[in-house]
Amino acid sequence: MTRIHLTVDGASVADDVEPRMLLVQYLREKLGKTGTVIGCDTSNCGACTVHLDGRSVKSCNVLAVQADGAEVTTIEGLSKNGSLHQVQESFRECHGLQCGFCTPGMIMQSVDLLNENPNPSEEEIRLGLEGNLCRCTGYHNIVKAVQHAAAQGSSTVGQGAQA
Amino acid sequence: MTAVQDAPAAPQKEIGRDRRRKEDQRLITGRTRWTDNITLPGMLHLAMVRSPHAHARIVSIDTAEAKTSTNVVDVLTGADLGEGQGVNINAWPITPDQVTPTHVPMPSDRVACAGEIVACVVARSAAEARDAAELVDVEWEVLPAVLDLKKAAADEVLAHPDLGTNKSAYWKFDSEEAGTGGNVDEAIAKARTDGIVIEREYRQQRLIPAFMEPRSVVVDPTGEQITMWSATQIPHILRFALAATTGVPESKIRVIAPDVGGGFGGKLQTTPEEFIAWAVARRLGKPIKYTETRSESLVSGHHGRDQWQRLTLAAEKDGTVTGLKVDLLADLGAYVAIVGGGVPVLGAFMFNSIYKFPAYQFGVQTVLTNSTWTDAYRGAGRPEATYAIERLMDELAVEVGVDPIAIREKNWINADEFPFTTVAGMEYDSGDYAAATARAKEMLGYDELRAEQKRRRESNDPVQLGIGVSTFTEMCGLAPSRVLGSLDYGAGGWEHASVRMLATGKVEIVTGASAHGQGHETAFSQIVADRLGVAFEDVEVLHGDTQISHKGLDTYGSRSLVVGGEALVKATDKVIERAKPIAAHMLEASADDIEFSGGRFSVRGTDQGVAIAEVAMAAFAAHDLPDGVEPSIDSEATYDPVNFNFPHGTHLCAVEVDTETGGVKMRKYACCDDIGNIINPLIVSGQVHGGLVQGIAQALWEEALFDESGTLVTGSFVDYLLPTSADTISFDIDHTTSPSLTNTLGTKGVGEAGTIASTPAVVNAVVDAIRHFGVNDVRMPCTPERVWKAIHANDGGDPTERAAMPHFGDEDVAGNQETPGASSTEGAGA
Amino acid sequence: MIPTAFDYLAPTTVEEALSALAQHGDDAKIMAGGQSLLPVLRMRLNAPEMVIDLGRIDSLRGVRDDGDAIVIGAMTPHFEVAKDPLVTEHAALIPKAIEHLADAQVRHRGTFGGALAHADPAGDLGAPALALGAQFVIAGSGGTRTVGADEFFVDLFETAIGEDEILTEVRVPKHTGWGAHYEKFVRVVHQWPIVAVAAAVRMDGGSIAEARVGLTNMGSTPIRARAVEAALVGAAPTDDGVRAAAEQAAEGTNPPSDLNGDADYRRHLARVLTRRAVVAAAGG
Repeated sequence: MTRIHLTVDGASVADDVEPRMLLVQYLREKLGKTGTVIGCDTSNCGACTVHLDGRSVKSCNVLAVQADGAEVTTIEGLSKNGSLHQVQESFRECHGLQCGFCTPGMIMQSVDLLNENPNPSEEEIRLGLEGNLCRCTGYHNIVKAVQHAAAQGSSTVGQGAQA
Repeated sequence: MTAVQDAPAAPQKEIGRDRRRKEDQRLITGRTRWTDNITLPGMLHLAMVRSPHAHARIVSIDTAEAKTSTNVVDVLTGADLGEGQGVNINAWPITPDQVTPTHVPMPSDRVACAGEIVACVVARSAAEARDAAELVDVEWEVLPAVLDLKKAAADEVLAHPDLGTNKSAYWKFDSEEAGTGGNVDEAIAKARTDGIVIEREYRQQRLIPAFMEPRSVVVDPTGEQITMWSATQIPHILRFALAATTGVPESKIRVIAPDVGGGFGGKLQTTPEEFIAWAVARRLGKPIKYTETRSESLVSGHHGRDQWQRLTLAAEKDGTVTGLKVDLLADLGAYVAIVGGGVPVLGAFMFNSIYKFPAYQFGVQTVLTNSTWTDAYRGAGRPEATYAIERLMDELAVEVGVDPIAIREKNWINADEFPFTTVAGMEYDSGDYAAATARAKEMLGYDELRAEQKRRRESNDPVQLGIGVSTFTEMCGLAPSRVLGSLDYGAGGWEHASVRMLATGKVEIVTGASAHGQGHETAFSQIVADRLGVAFEDVEVLHGDTQISHKGLDTYGSRSLVVGGEALVKATDKVIERAKPIAAHMLEASADDIEFSGGRFSVRGTDQGVAIAEVAMAAFAAHDLPDGVEPSIDSEATYDPVNFNFPHGTHLCAVEVDTETGGVKMRKYACCDDIGNIINPLIVSGQVHGGLVQGIAQALWEEALFDESGTLVTGSFVDYLLPTSADTISFDIDHTTSPSLTNTLGTKGVGEAGTIASTPAVVNAVVDAIRHFGVNDVRMPCTPERVWKAIHANDGGDPTERAAMPHFGDEDVAGNQETPGASSTEGAGA
Repeated sequence: MIPTAFDYLAPTTVEEALSALAQHGDDAKIMAGGQSLLPVLRMRLNAPEMVIDLGRIDSLRGVRDDGDAIVIGAMTPHFEVAKDPLVTEHAALIPKAIEHLADAQVRHRGTFGGALAHADPAGDLGAPALALGAQFVIAGSGGTRTVGADEFFVDLFETAIGEDEILTEVRVPKHTGWGAHYEKFVRVVHQWPIVAVAAAVRMDGGSIAEARVGLTNMGSTPIRARAVEAALVGAAPTDDGVRAAAEQAAEGTNPPSDLNGDADYRRHLARVLTRRAVVAAAGG
């Protein structure tokens, strides 16, 4: 067991974890942050995407011990003071989700994408989400949602990612 | 209690509005209840020990070391669980003499495909269960396995030696025998002398549904009822199957499908994992959870498609179709799954599609192999049918020398001919193929792209353009129970709904449909809001829990709206009827003078009225009800559809083929679907987009492949290629509207349309782009390598790699020993 | 999805890391970002008893100028390498390749040195490193040594790094002013390349003065297409000008056959993609 201290969605937490525990398992099993989900075992699907020190990562591909001392933001920490992050709003507005399983990862990656590039072209959006699989939407409305968020100025609302 | 109020302005109609989904708030904030999120006190975790072999006898299983592993509670084998584990049933024996191997969830003697479970470890944590599973030592006697569909049909190696054959069932429809059309062999013979005969063999490769949420099951055996949470499309059917095969009374079983992350048919199954978790929980008396990994999911969740299609189309010289003969081999995998051989039968009535064939014959031989069992995958039988006929119509157009749209127009059912009874005996309710086609052509810019195609051909451009056409129809709204009965299906096709009018003015509706991403909560709220004149926000949709929704047949086959929605309409109508006497009493009028509109009961010819919520409150208080009236206006209805309905559409796509690499790039995709009246255009658009990409993915990317020893080569998302956002494009979609005549709402199913229509559109486009190289087929998925080899097959390359499918004679299907899917490097030829 | 249990060390200096490696030897795996290692551990394809994480050794992160070369710290994450001004100015081929490497999330965690040390012949960084003549600085108990790119890649997943050694930095000779392009061929973007070609070109007047070409996934290691490079000298930067040289791209290669294509198809792709990469690098 290794002792880790980190900040998750604004709260300081500390736990003894096995080194083999993945960050996503830590979030789900130790912290009950079940908003972040596991969709594959090869790091292809991106459903588990969270922000680690402000950058998107696949939380299945990070050990919990590697997050010691870090700041983690999950889908559950994205909205602030009861108001949704613009990207969350835009996914709903543009019907960018159906079953919703890929959605946490898709939203977290979209936030990261817009942080890097506030006015992406359609091609840049499509390439920026290449690490996230969706089986329901055909991506059409996800792309629209990111465009919508960009048009609304996603970085001015919520500030979830870089808080 | 009598209220005299100004009637409020009529609220905006909910049906037809692009309402944002009610479901989304929890999904975009992570407040989800996937099965794997559920944790119960004292819950134990399962890890499965699976067969690495396609076919093997279990000589022995040594669990001793695993049992001593840290925090392991028990290690159980099939022998330990015995008969109490139940059976994974086939609900649709397609013939009375169907050969059906018994599917025990955890066999104790022999496995018939890789991934079958032979032992399970129960431990306090999932990690410890996994660790101990590695310590279970199984001694195998590997048996000869048959993976290839055509080889299996030859019965040389048997998937189940005890059965004596791999041939499970042969099912046939013949229009002459059925009295719905002429003799197909005569039509073909005539065409051979003075017309056109198109003979082709197409391969429907094996696919994996690949829903995003891996399957998970939690069983809680504490309490009077045993509760199972499962990531399933079919909680009601699952409850029935558990009761029918494990000896637990149905009334002691509660099944809950909480948030379910996609299904596409892939969760239309009762699975070994569910049954094993059930048996273990009952045995140990403790809550049990099992969640599969993606690798486990890909090998052990059911697969889809997997057919060889031998097709003969007869036509007159001018392109008028005269007959169609369909001869299928369908791979069941190791067992006959719940729908199993019924999947190709669902396509049996659709190969003739929108065309006026005078003669038709369909036959399917279902075959057992040592591979993952197959079942419904989005479209289930209808994509296979649509693919075949739409590919053939393109070939016919080439033979006649006309535009592929012209050949379709020549043969399709005209708008003034509906309702139309087809050669397969189906009554198509409504449609307008010409209108949808005209709109799709306009959206695509068909004529301009044809001109560009010509320019590129003439200039020998390394990038060639192809345009693909698919004018499809499908049958959806499963299903009239009497039809299912006539096909020997094991259940009916009705749906149930109930409406509860709460005292506070809120409305709870309960549906037997079980959503897993479709948006029922939103669409059903819209229907009820309109019918009852209540606010959209005041309607709550409850589903997916057999204790709340006690009756239902779940969600698949584009049935939820057209069957479940109709049940809901009937239940709301009953609410209004039940409320009328109370409203009349409140308004001191005769019930005969009461009319209902916009949520208010009023006395005809007066401005007196009461809102339905007031009536609900009055019924709840029950202080002053008319004599003999029950204090409730809640109602329920069970609706059995009288017919299927038949959405249709025209899908057009343009692809660019890089002739130097064989790479295919989609340039544009436009479709115009006619799905009757639309409840929520936003949800419909999402269904179309998602369906399109799944169908396009069959054409271009996806294929499940086993090696000769039965290992699934495409066993992870590294090799089973789902497209990403960067591999796809934005689509142009629109609708024409021919309301369905088979339900009150005039709606038709839309869940499968995109998938059914798009696959042939894409392959037709690929072939169209390179036909001038002598190519008339590219096997799916149209990989760059296959496309490139097809282009170069006729320029001195290996003739065995020719893309063109040679015509075949009348030899036995099994005589062709080609290996389907043994390797994607086999070249383009089918 | 759950790795076998292992112990974990996160040294903060190279010396600590080397001593941990010396102590645990064969039982240890080095984690340098973990984007390739963790999938392997989750699938239980490898079960080390000790994981030594280099992620907390700050000295291994960053890019610096060193005269005629730029020096990329082995633990610099891909996304930082890709946008580093020194790299974009003097080794433009590297960001062009990183653009296509995996996905954004992986580029945030995966490291330049980690990917090279992993030595997957389908990895996107080997061919550019080889083409640019990178030098690999390897630390061991006896000090550091430098290995040229030609010697660094030994075989499938095998490099010149010894079992008790650590890759600390990669020195990339400056190719200031060279045009660069990475032409990657995949069926879907989240795949490893079926074949990819890394090309860097120095133009003089209207023709190619020097060219560097590396091939991805055309053998058990990345491969330098020297015959192509030689034939390109003096060529016009057009399809026709480059075509003859590119025809030599498959010489000496030994590509795999798999679900995505057989060896002959890959050889064909190598020729086509080489032509395209060179023309693009030359700005054509």
